[in-house]
Amino acid sequence: MTSHIKMDERVERDRLAEMVQAVIGKPLDRPEGALKVSGAAPYAMDRLPANACHGVLVRATVSNGTLRDMDVDAVQALPGIRAIIADDRLLRNPAQGMAGEAPIQGPKDIAYFGQPIALVVAETFEQARHGAQALKLRFEADGTAIVAPDDPKADIETPEDEQDSTGDLDAAMQTARHTVDAHYTTPGHVSAAMEPHASIAEWNGDRLTLYGSYQMLRFNRAELADALGIEEKQVRILAPYVGGGFGSKLGIGPEAVAAALAAKALGVPVAVAMSRQQVFESVMRRSETDQHIRLAADEQGRLIGIGHEALVSNLPGEEFSEPVTQATPFLYQGDHRVIGHRIARVHRTCAGSVRAPGEAVGLTALEIALDELAAASGIDPVKLRLINIPQKDPSQDIPFSSHMLAEALEEGAKRFDWDRRRSEPGAVRDGEWLIGMGMASAARVNMLIESKARVTLNANGTGTVETDMTDIGTGTYTVLSQIAGEMLGLPMDSVETLLGDTAYPPASGSGGSFGAASNGTAVLLACEEIRQQLCERLDCDMQGLTLKDGHAIVGNRRIALPEILDGSRLVGEGHVEPGKAEETVRQATYGSYFAEVAVNAITGETRLRRMLGVFAAGRILNPKTARSQCLGGMTFGIGMALTEELIHDPRDGHIVNRDFAEYHLPVNADVPQIDVVLLDERDAWANPLQAKGIGELGICGAAASIVNAIYNATGIRIRDLPATLDKIIDGLQSRTD
Amino acid sequence: MTPFAYSRAATPSEATGLGRDGASFIAGGTNLLDLMKLEIITPDRLVDISRLDLAAISETPEGGLRIGAMVRNSDLAADRKVCDSYPVLAEALLAGASAQLRNKATTGGNLLQRTRCYYFYDTAMPCNKRAPGSGCQAIGGATRLHAIFGASVHCIATHPSDMAVALRALDAEVEVEAPEGAIRRLPLSQFYVLPGDTPHIETVLAPGDLITAVILPPPQGGRQTYRKVRDRASYAFALVSVAGVVALKEGRIAHASLAFGGVAPQPWRNETVESMLHDRQPSAGLFAQAADALLADARPQKDNAFKISLLRRTLIAVLNELTDADQ
Repeated sequence: MTSHIKMDERVERDRLAEMVQAVIGKPLDRPEGALKVSGAAPYAMDRLPANACHGVLVRATVSNGTLRDMDVDAVQALPGIRAIIADDRLLRNPAQGMAGEAPIQGPKDIAYFGQPIALVVAETFEQARHGAQALKLRFEADGTAIVAPDDPKADIETPEDEQDSTGDLDAAMQTARHTVDAHYTTPGHVSAAMEPHASIAEWNGDRLTLYGSYQMLRFNRAELADALGIEEKQVRILAPYVGGGFGSKLGIGPEAVAAALAAKALGVPVAVAMSRQQVFESVMRRSETDQHIRLAADEQGRLIGIGHEALVSNLPGEEFSEPVTQATPFLYQGDHRVIGHRIARVHRTCAGSVRAPGEAVGLTALEIALDELAAASGIDPVKLRLINIPQKDPSQDIPFSSHMLAEALEEGAKRFDWDRRRSEPGAVRDGEWLIGMGMASAARVNMLIESKARVTLNANGTGTVETDMTDIGTGTYTVLSQIAGEMLGLPMDSVETLLGDTAYPPASGSGGSFGAASNGTAVLLACEEIRQQLCERLDCDMQGLTLKDGHAIVGNRRIALPEILDGSRLVGEGHVEPGKAEETVRQATYGSYFAEVAVNAITGETRLRRMLGVFAAGRILNPKTARSQCLGGMTFGIGMALTEELIHDPRDGHIVNRDFAEYHLPVNADVPQIDVVLLDERDAWANPLQAKGIGELGICGAAASIVNAIYNATGIRIRDLPATLDKIIDGLQSRTD
Repeated sequence: MTPFAYSRAATPSEATGLGRDGASFIAGGTNLLDLMKLEIITPDRLVDISRLDLAAISETPEGGLRIGAMVRNSDLAADRKVCDSYPVLAEALLAGASAQLRNKATTGGNLLQRTRCYYFYDTAMPCNKRAPGSGCQAIGGATRLHAIFGASVHCIATHPSDMAVALRALDAEVEVEAPEGAIRRLPLSQFYVLPGDTPHIETVLAPGDLITAVILPPPQGGRQTYRKVRDRASYAFALVSVAGVVALKEGRIAHASLAFGGVAPQPWRNETVESMLHDRQPSAGLFAQAADALLADARPQKDNAFKISLLRRTLIAVLNELTDADQ
């Protein structure tokens, strides 16, 4: 039996609050944590069958053109080589998130440097890697390829439905007492998941089993089937453990299709693992952005106009473009508004979803601009934000579902001792170091995605959750077990959650911060279904049933679940769909960041000293895993502010810094004490859990707090991220020499 | 990775005998293995020298220090004599790589690590260092990390070592055993060669030559420091670094030796700058003159002109630190 809900309106009743097991909202450990830290959790490449061959992808070494020829014979003569797969079904780049169909295929037409064009398969990984390196290729290169979005010859698209204008911003800028009008640029970023992309394909007749590292299995299954030209039901994907995704594993990738084609051709399982360099070149990058922001405010700092126009890039033929301005329409008030979105078509590695597409970079630029407005108007940055919080979503004139930005700002300012900040830049010095404090708002749209789950109450009184949902390090195993435990009155060790297998009911997948809320709702509904069945057995109504510690309590009776089940088991399925609530109210999560930096007055090196994030995301299912999510997001925010940058060769657009030595993620020494505060909130419009997404909130605007702190420390305004020392040192020179 | 033979040497002379003709010595392997996986280098034979009895640190008859080629970076950085008498070396070691790498990397291997130039690491790119005569794709490319001193039109790569910069300031010598058993000592100043039109030749070592030790002269006295400026707080190569050893006598600079990292194909030193400082009273004007003299030779690429002001400021800060009467 399936319990179904379509989120058309708010769900007033807080079912979790009516339960008594008291595991929801507790900072519980991950049940699979010990497996992971002991190496016992099987990630994709840990499933290697003894008879598997290994494939290594071969890359294009031109940016645009045609593959004319490859010297297959010479490589086939090398020891151990089994095949060279150059099938027309190979993917040009991974599928975009939730595409549900194959991306552009065909290895002959080269669209970017690093595009996979063939797979060399051998008995050992080393043989295959050597074969891939040795394969001589002949390209017909198109020397006129545009590889940079700022190339004046670049083809720029201006999609009509992504432009929006209200009022007269130009006029508002003319008459406003305080204005900001500046360009902000962010470079490309990579997801930088710890586990590189890897797939093992094994055919049994016309049925394919793929062990992979993916975030959204029901979509990936459809994408893989479509790419191979087979039926979805012929494909099973397993990804029970995923070593991070951050968007890079949303859509099926070249290695999965190549492994499947090779395994079919050879009749043996084939494993394809990407090297770190291949992940950089042929998975997804976040587009670089150029953002033109205009702010117009009155004497008191009240915004009367906001303009946010973005230029991003992607390959020709890709639907996705970085949704830079996603939070701008609703975050602050202002009658005169312009939203602009343009896409440059460039021959660079495919752009896709990377760590909170949209707000991560868009809100960062907007929040730097707000800091500029605060400086220009002499209004405290926290106060400036507080006085500009709108009562309703100003872009659509609809109410907010729940909104705790003001509380997050005030709580953060109090905890961070914000009132000790000197408003004039460059006022605090500690030896060689200039000290400054900065802050920013956090915001991220909240989404619900259709999701199903099955819950079984076994005859022995334990519970089993089954769904093709993934745990990409986020804590899915933990929170789904908590929801089932709470709803069925089971302690955590009596609930087993099984994930990452398309044989289970199709879930939302992990992405866009929607996984826990979407799939958790499906689990809650499935449990409701079981509760209903228990009521029938106990001849009571739902109101009269209490479940706790493996027992049902009805009136003055307390009965162990196995006794009720009497050798049978109860199965419930849950199914949630988004509905009208998405249009009726504006749903988003909010927060605030506070950062203190030290900028070296001699070298311009910036070191973060402390950082605080305060977040409101509805009910927090597990404060421990939620906090970890926020810590990770803020750490990526440190990277965005200070170190991370994809560097493209100016001539052919290829990514030159293709490993973790040269693409600078923050290391431990860059990450000081970070505090995370989670505010108590419920959002009845979001879903029956009253929880919202938290996975990405911690990066959305985080970098701005650091960049704003650099300004407070030095008086130097960084508008081109990351704030590496070469962008700071000239400004220091004029101040200290 | 191409197939290779593997031999383990029991003695230095066995190693030098095996080490000729397309062979490569392997000790910590922290750089070599990456290069082999990427087929940037493809030795026919690996001669494992990691078990040679060269891991001792001992005092020389002259009162200096003999550091065996197999001494791990982490052990060298923690050595009491190094910390007491050559702190610039300990600081440089600890500024390099990561704790895991320092536990593996050896003294000899550190000297011979290869550049981190992006284009050297991508076998699809022309690179005169990797494939002599193919060209330099770094020139005109992404050049933020590249050299401002000592480069040529054939190569603009930098040497990545921190340790070698400190050794250069300390006037270290390299002890080398040749295949026929001859042992020679080379000042570090004569160990590396500039790229010129042969960037693939980085040192004076001949095939089979084995570094057996690094010799430090007796401690100079004075103050020492290693200052590394980089893009993140750890695990990043130097944008610029300065190793400084300065002794003061009666308010004047009795001795100054300065070496610079991240700016040249080898640890960079400029004797003119040091002689300008000699026997002079420390002053802002003097230090500015020294920096001017050092940077007069700088030839930046498109993306790295910032290294000029950064090196200038870092050098002056180091000189201030080493001559500050209050410290």
